[in-house]
Amino acid sequence: MNRIIVCVKPVPDPKHWDKVSMDPETKTLKREGIPLILNPLDKHALEAALVLRESHGGEVVLLSMAPPFAQPLIREGLAMGADRAVLLSDRVFAGSDSLATAEILAAGCRWIGDYDVILCGNQSIDGSTAQICSQLAEMLNIPNVMHVIGLEGSSGDNLVITQKIESGSVTLSSGFPIVLSVRKELNKPRYIPFTGILAAESKEITIVSNEDVRVDPERIGLSGSPTKMAGMDVRKFERKRERLEGTVDEIVKKLVERIYQCGVIEC
Amino acid sequence: MEFAFTEREEMLRKAVREFAESEIPPKMEKMEETGEFPVELMKPMAQVGITGIITPPEFGGVGMGYLARNIVLEELGRVCAAFPMSMQVHHMACAALSDFGTDEQKKKYLPPLAAGETFGTVGVTDPAGGSDVIGMKCTAELKGDTYIINGRKCFITNSHLSDFWIMVAKTGEGAKGLSAFIIDKGTPGAKLGRKENKFGLRGANTGEWVFDNCEVPKKNLLGAEGQGLTVGLKTISETGRTGMAAVGLGILQAVYEEAAKFANERVLYGKPIATLQAIQFHMAEIYTQLDICRLLNYRVNWMKDQNMRCDTETSMAKYYTCNAAVEAAKKAIEIHGSYGIMREYAIQRLFRDAMVTVPAGGTAEIAKAGIGRTALAPFKK
Repeated sequence: MNRIIVCVKPVPDPKHWDKVSMDPETKTLKREGIPLILNPLDKHALEAALVLRESHGGEVVLLSMAPPFAQPLIREGLAMGADRAVLLSDRVFAGSDSLATAEILAAGCRWIGDYDVILCGNQSIDGSTAQICSQLAEMLNIPNVMHVIGLEGSSGDNLVITQKIESGSVTLSSGFPIVLSVRKELNKPRYIPFTGILAAESKEITIVSNEDVRVDPERIGLSGSPTKMAGMDVRKFERKRERLEGTVDEIVKKLVERIYQCGVIEC
Repeated sequence: MEFAFTEREEMLRKAVREFAESEIPPKMEKMEETGEFPVELMKPMAQVGITGIITPPEFGGVGMGYLARNIVLEELGRVCAAFPMSMQVHHMACAALSDFGTDEQKKKYLPPLAAGETFGTVGVTDPAGGSDVIGMKCTAELKGDTYIINGRKCFITNSHLSDFWIMVAKTGEGAKGLSAFIIDKGTPGAKLGRKENKFGLRGANTGEWVFDNCEVPKKNLLGAEGQGLTVGLKTISETGRTGMAAVGLGILQAVYEEAAKFANERVLYGKPIATLQAIQFHMAEIYTQLDICRLLNYRVNWMKDQNMRCDTETSMAKYYTCNAAVEAAKKAIEIHGSYGIMREYAIQRLFRDAMVTVPAGGTAEIAKAGIGRTALAPFKK
C-alpha cells in the first residue's frame, strides 16, 4: 500500500456544548472560546489507517481543513501515529458547506496524490451531515463505502470491508483507491502514547492554501456554498405541569386516569 | 519567568485525562469494595507510558521527567487517587534503581517496570522506624557473600503486587549503618505479611513484608553498603514526596470540580446555592488553595528536572498540598450538606483519600521540621 489519507475535523468539545450558540446573521455555529477536539469518529478512521499500515505498510497522512490554530489538535493525530499532516488553511475556505468542503478536501487529496485509501469518520459530531465522504469520493471519481464496521487488507491489492446495513451487515471486496467512512464499532482508537507525543514534535504539518490546491473560488467559502440556512429557532424543553384538585381519593383517581391517558400504563 | 505549559505538556495532560476518564471509572466500585488494585490495567498504562514516565528510554521508559510525571499523577488522581498512589511508589522503585542501581540491576529490573510486567515497591518503614528512619530494627547481617535479613517492613504500597522488593535494613549503627537491598519474590525467608484495610485510597495495595533469616546475595545491594539512608531519603524525598503531593493535587482538583458542580446544581431558596455568599467564600478558598498547590507542585518538579536541590521544596509541596486537600474536602462536604457523607457522592471518597495522603511519605511534622531548619539557617548565629 502506498498512502492512506485520513480526513480529520476539529469539532467543539461536547463537554462544552452548553456554551455553543448560533450566529443569527450567518446562521452558523459560533465556536469562539469553545475548546476543540478531533471528531471522535475520525479517531476510529485513524486507528483503522494505523492498523492497515502495520499490516501492509505505506504512509498515513492526515488531511484537515481548519484555521492554523488547529495545529495542536492535528498534532494529536500525529502523536497517535500518523506520519505527517496536511492542513488546508485559507480565509477563502471559511464558511464552506459540506459540498464546498468536499471540493477543498478532494483538491487536498489530489495535491497529496498517490493515495490508495481515504478514511473518514462517518459523520462529524457538530454538523452531522454525513455527506462529505460520498461527495469526496464522487469528486475523486472513486468508490465510497459508508458505515464500515470491519476492515481487513486480505492482500496488498484488496480490501475486505464489512458494512453495517439496516438489517445486519454485508461483506464487500474492493480494490484501490477507495473512500471508506467508518463507524465507531470498527475499532477502539488507541490512546495517545507518550512516546508518540515526543515523536510528533518532529513530524511535519504542511499548511496548504488555495494558491496550492487551486479550487475555483466560486465553489468554496460561504458564497460558493449552495446550502442556505432558511431559518432557525431555539427549542425550549420544559416539563409539563398540571395541578390536580379535589380530595385525596379524587386526586388519586384523576392521577391514575391521566397516567393511562399518557400511555405510561396500558389497560 | 514562564508560567505556561508547553504544547507537549498540554497534550500529555489531555492524553492522560482521556485514558483516566475512560479506563478507571469502571474499576472504582470494585476497588472500593475489595481494596484491590485492578492489575489488568498495568499493561494499558504501560502502553501509554505511565509506568515508565521517568525511566530512561534505554531501559524501556519514556524519560519525560518529573513535571510530566506530576501531570500524569495529578490527572490520574483527579479520577481516582488510588491509581497515582500505586504509580508514584512504582516510580520510586524506578528512581531508586536509576539513581543507585548497577548496570546489571538496571537492565534486569527497569524494563519490566516500564513494561508494566510488575509493580515497583520500596519499603523503608518498619514497626520501630517510620519518621525515625535510623531507629529501624530490621537487620541485614553479612555472612560470607550473603546478607541474612531479619525483621518486618510495614505500610508498604504495592507490597503484595511486585515481583521484587526494594528495602532498607540495618547493617551497622547510625546514619551510615543502613543499606538498601533488592529482594526477588520467592527468596527463601522473604514472606508477605498482612494486607492492610485502609479507609481511604482503598484500591492501592498496602501491606507488610516479613524477613525470617532471608538470604540475599551481596550483589543485590542497591548502592554501597552503608548508603541505605541516602537511597531511602533521596527516593522518598525527591520521588515519593513529589508523588504524594501530586496525588494530593489530583484530589484537590477533583474536590474543586465536585464542589463547583454541586453548588451550581443544588437549588435552595429558589436559586442555586452558588449564588449564596457563604458558598462563594468556601469556593474561593478551595480555588485559591488549588492554585497555590499547583504552583508549589509544578515548581518543585521543574527544579527536580533541572537537577536542582529541592528537598525543602518537596516537603513544602507535600505537606501543604495534602493538608489542603483534606481542608478543601471538608469544605466541599459542608457545601454538599448531608449529601456529602453519602456513599453515592464522590466527595466522601475524596475526603477519605485525602486523609490517607497526610501521613503517607512522611508526616507534616517531619516535613515542617526540615522546612523549619532551612528557614532558620540563614540567620543562625
